[in-house]
Amino acid sequence: MRFLVPIAIFAVLVVVLGVGLKLDPRYVPSPLIDKPAPEFSLTTLGEEPKPMTRADLLGRPVVLNVWASWCSACRIEHPLLVSLAQAQGVEIIGLNYKDTRAEALRWLADHGDPYRQSIFDPEGKLGLDLGVYGVPETFVLDGAGVIRHKHVGPLSEDIWASDFAPLLKKLSASDGTGASGG
Amino acid sequence: MAEMLRALCLVVVLGLTVSPTFAADTPLGFEDPAQQALFESLLEELRCLVCQNQSLADSHADLAQDLRDEVHRMVAAGENREAILGFMVERYGDFVLYRPPVKSTTWMLWLAPLMLLFGTGIAWWLTQRRAAVTHSVPLSEEEKARLARLTIEPQDDSRQH
Repeated sequence: MRFLVPIAIFAVLVVVLGVGLKLDPRYVPSPLIDKPAPEFSLTTLGEEPKPMTRADLLGRPVVLNVWASWCSACRIEHPLLVSLAQAQGVEIIGLNYKDTRAEALRWLADHGDPYRQSIFDPEGKLGLDLGVYGVPETFVLDGAGVIRHKHVGPLSEDIWASDFAPLLKKLSASDGTGASGG
Repeated sequence: MAEMLRALCLVVVLGLTVSPTFAADTPLGFEDPAQQALFESLLEELRCLVCQNQSLADSHADLAQDLRDEVHRMVAAGENREAILGFMVERYGDFVLYRPPVKSTTWMLWLAPLMLLFGTGIAWWLTQRRAAVTHSVPLSEEEKARLARLTIEPQDDSRQH
């Protein structure tokens, strides 16, 4: 029976290391989940910038997508965002992060613009308050402006279908008045 | 000589690897030594989220630069250590700290080394005890006689061929 001991230890090690391999070391759980989105006072990205604040995000569930023209991974998810906005009418607000207005607008002209509005954040101040550490990142805010989900890295159809679509459905069902149920 | 050379090499290599690599990009600083000390210790204590094995002081990532600027701004504004660390934790979570507080999500991180030490200790103790048990079985009279026979120098050379 004694030979079972090293085998058992080995088996435990294999399981622990196997699970460890599947974890994503870049995933950092956000402390902002279920917290109100931060206040901000910025402008929109358009040619004629208009002021934009947290109040503009309230009243309905919103997908907030952090992007930049210098971000190569953003190109991976961009066609998905365009199709979600155009074919399914999903409301996506962009957060243009540490970019220049001219380059950002050119990038949208080249790749398509899925955003209802983009918030222009050249210094990354709102990005800092949102704990952004790797563009692209995508948040879901409920109607009361509470952050309900955060995804780091490019979106894919699978991630959208498993993490975003059901949550948005739930939020818009329960979110007539902006009350955020738990 | 070779020994000395080897020791010298070791000293040089270790010296290079552990020498403080402070403030990777821009030399942000303060006139006030107390503020400078606070700033430097905060940068050593905060982790860069992009290159996760580097502190803010070591990292060249853009994000680290931004966070260094933010820490610099807050120190300049007279904020204390707790306020600045709290600001970072609010946004990036305990992960941003190299010394996260002990709580429900981090106790395992803190206890794992102790548990490993404890487990190894128990395993060591068990093997020692087993070894002691096997050694301490007393010899019977017959075995003692045989041992005596075997340890005495052979006189008649019966083992030789």
